[in-house]
Amino acid sequence: MFSPLTQADRKAMLEAIGVARVSDLFAAVPEAYRYPALRLPPPLTEMEVAEELQALSEDNETARDLVSFLGAGAYNHYIPAAVDAILSRGEYYTAYTPYQPEISQGTLQALFEYQSMVCALTGMEVANASHYDGATAVAEAAVMAYHVFRGKRPKVVLSPSLHPHYRETTRTYTQGSPIVFAGDDLPPAAPPEALLDEVDDQTALVMVQYPDFFGRVYDFTALAEEVHARGALFGVAVNPLALGLLKPPGEMGADIVTGEGQPLGIPLSFGGPYLGLFATRKKYVRKMAGRLVGQTVDSRGQRAFVLTLSAREQHIRRERATSNICSNQGLMTLAVAVYLSLLGKEGLRQVAELNYQKAHYAARKLAALPGYELVFPETPFFNEFALRCPGPADEIAAHLLEHDVIAGFPLGEAYGEAFRDVLLVAVTEMNPREEIDLLAEMLGEVH
Amino acid sequence: MTMKVREPLISELSAPGRRGVRFPESDVPASPMPKELLRADLPLPEVSEVDVVRHYTRLSHFNHAVDIDFYPLGSCTMKYNPKINEALSRLPGFANLHPLQPAETVQGALRLMYELQEALQEITGFAACSLQPAAGAHGELTGVHMIWAYHYDRGDTHRNKILVPDSAHGTNPASSAMSGFRVVEIPSDARGNIDLAALKAECDDTVAGLMLTNPNTLGLFEEHLLEVIETVHAAGGLVYGDGANLNALLGIAKPGELGFDVMHLNLHKTFATPHGGGGPGSGPVVCAPHLADFLPGPVVVVKEEATDDLPPFFGLETPAKSIGRVRSFHGHFGVMVKAFAYILMLGAGGLRQVAEDAVLNANYLRARLQETYHIPYNRICMHEFVAEGRWKDAPDIHALDIAKRLMDFGFHPPTNYFPLIVHEALMIEPTETESKETLDAFTEAMLQIAEEARANPEVLHSAPHATPFGRVDEVKAAKELVLTWE
Repeated sequence: MFSPLTQADRKAMLEAIGVARVSDLFAAVPEAYRYPALRLPPPLTEMEVAEELQALSEDNETARDLVSFLGAGAYNHYIPAAVDAILSRGEYYTAYTPYQPEISQGTLQALFEYQSMVCALTGMEVANASHYDGATAVAEAAVMAYHVFRGKRPKVVLSPSLHPHYRETTRTYTQGSPIVFAGDDLPPAAPPEALLDEVDDQTALVMVQYPDFFGRVYDFTALAEEVHARGALFGVAVNPLALGLLKPPGEMGADIVTGEGQPLGIPLSFGGPYLGLFATRKKYVRKMAGRLVGQTVDSRGQRAFVLTLSAREQHIRRERATSNICSNQGLMTLAVAVYLSLLGKEGLRQVAELNYQKAHYAARKLAALPGYELVFPETPFFNEFALRCPGPADEIAAHLLEHDVIAGFPLGEAYGEAFRDVLLVAVTEMNPREEIDLLAEMLGEVH
Repeated sequence: MTMKVREPLISELSAPGRRGVRFPESDVPASPMPKELLRADLPLPEVSEVDVVRHYTRLSHFNHAVDIDFYPLGSCTMKYNPKINEALSRLPGFANLHPLQPAETVQGALRLMYELQEALQEITGFAACSLQPAAGAHGELTGVHMIWAYHYDRGDTHRNKILVPDSAHGTNPASSAMSGFRVVEIPSDARGNIDLAALKAECDDTVAGLMLTNPNTLGLFEEHLLEVIETVHAAGGLVYGDGANLNALLGIAKPGELGFDVMHLNLHKTFATPHGGGGPGSGPVVCAPHLADFLPGPVVVVKEEATDDLPPFFGLETPAKSIGRVRSFHGHFGVMVKAFAYILMLGAGGLRQVAEDAVLNANYLRARLQETYHIPYNRICMHEFVAEGRWKDAPDIHALDIAKRLMDFGFHPPTNYFPLIVHEALMIEPTETESKETLDAFTEAMLQIAEEARANPEVLHSAPHATPFGRVDEVKAAKELVLTWE
């Protein structure tokens, strides 16, 4: 249906090829298996498919139809219209990976700008042009750290307050490799320094999250120093929006910064496509996975950009590559470049502050309710906090859902019995004060 | 040296105090900020909305794209991306869904994923599917982990090698190595098939599996496919199918019926979702029943069957012996919406027409170019073929020169220097969405270039001429490593 060939075209082409029928082109396919029946619904026109998917989309109630305080790694933020206007340009979204720089300078320069802005935000020296998401970026950090020490330090220490999906993904990725993990069996409430008990001369990397999965914000400077003293690398998985306000990990001594780029202009979209941020120090650039854009000149003396250090990658080095990654999140890096350009120095700080202020207002209100308290009342947080409820958090959340409120993410499933009553509450610029007050009112009526 | 600048960097457009977007003032009482945790400076550009829009619009004009012209990039299936799919993936009922919402609020999305799983299984002849992998290579890594888990679960722990043909995509050996396997390369025979004798020699009790792209990267259907699969199975190994070239087989053959055990699909190739300048892709993994328990979770299942009054209730479930998550949440849902709409519009007949026209277009180009360009494995091909970009009587001309000269005609070059088993390879995949007129115009350009190669080789060496940028100095980029604007 999207093929422009006419019957006359097909006939002329078959003649040029020298075969009688199209089916003659498939003679190499074993006959017994050729032309199987496909049991699929009858084809729809564009108009019909638009109707059908519209109806399916309306079978959902979204984070914007409901009053939502759901975060836990994906956040409801405002995306300026100009972001999608640029992303909807066919010149970007219907292009391939920019392997031919002479006709790909649009994508290449945008990627260079993305790399530059990620470095500015994280305080790091080099950033690659993306991993799939925040989870796979952490997995690649573990693999990179292992290779930095040429396999002599097989241990990776993961903080228990690193997103559960990131830890699980990192373990899946490294099945079959000699990498071993430690640290995340510590109590989640343990302070970051507790990780040091696990850091020895076998340790390649200590990986923490900032803000962590519970929303907490720590200055990791002292921890990073001690990790370095023991010879290991220090990695930080960030929520990049928080860096509009907070000290960048580069200033705390991080060697690797990863992150989930979704909060920077990427829709929730039921979990993807998102974007894996990855930045490091220049001395590790040859150990880093993923695509990388460098500045150069063209034959006419113009500034130009090109994919560089590709000898690290699978299409050149095959089984000795730093990673198998090929397709990545190209278009999502463009979303972030446009978002960060639009918001800029002032705008990003303003959005980050709005998140901070609204979350703190919510935390104060909710903690004042009888039977509720903050799980970590003394620790600074950004836009998300753990709230102890007077009963099982999943039951309370289910009750509020009946009133079209998603109160947050119940932590019992991910963290066990000790967190059965804990709700992770995220508040963003999308939650007006009235919604926060409504949440407080409804939680107050629960017990 | 002074450099001409076609378009400044966004940072070079910055002026202090300029703003692109404003947000509302806070509507809650202020809380104190933790001063010791705040950053001192945020070195981002300060530009207006019009600066941003013009900048990225002007940059877009420097790109080639499927929406502009022909993109015969072998093994990449750069087919047209229907516009309705873009609109549907942006429907608010999809775009604003949080992945951790309770199941009862996301039944439409789960239903879409479930039906996409079912459709992909039907198209490929497999029993189970996980939509979680984010791209083709990610699907490969998933599949190879599943192969490892399968053997391990049976107590078969000594299988430590994966066989990979020498014509394979680089991701195949890279994915195998990441999973801890030893990679053993199997040569191709004189007809471009996997060398059966070499395969048999490696099929001992340490073989975990074979990764096979079929049609292979020469665009040829493996002539001894059933025997190849049987050989690996007889040794106790599993056969992984690289789905990069599935476009040739839609409605023509089902890999699951041919005997493959597990396979990834590239929604961004076969199912018309756009490549996005390097992603996002989507790499669902489909598999035979004996591997279903090992799929990464979660997958979408029917939790409660439909009744007379109610539709089925869908939910997420992790398979019993799952290798675990391969990423956060459920995969590239936004991409799945596009692929699902595409499958619904085509139906069984339309999908078969896709494969037939893709193969017809490739063979037509092959027939028109074969007198002028040497095609080392020249027989009826599938959706692509590989020509050599060299001639004895034009000794200084390389595939790269031909590739760059094609840009002057408005065409994206074919994949070049791959597969590695063909010298000066030009790998041409037209896809089904190109007209005969486009193929003829491409042929004319290729024939003219072949003449120029003899008559005026300099015009090839110095190409491209008609593009906004000339040849780019890759050596300088790698030597100087300017990777940010700092």
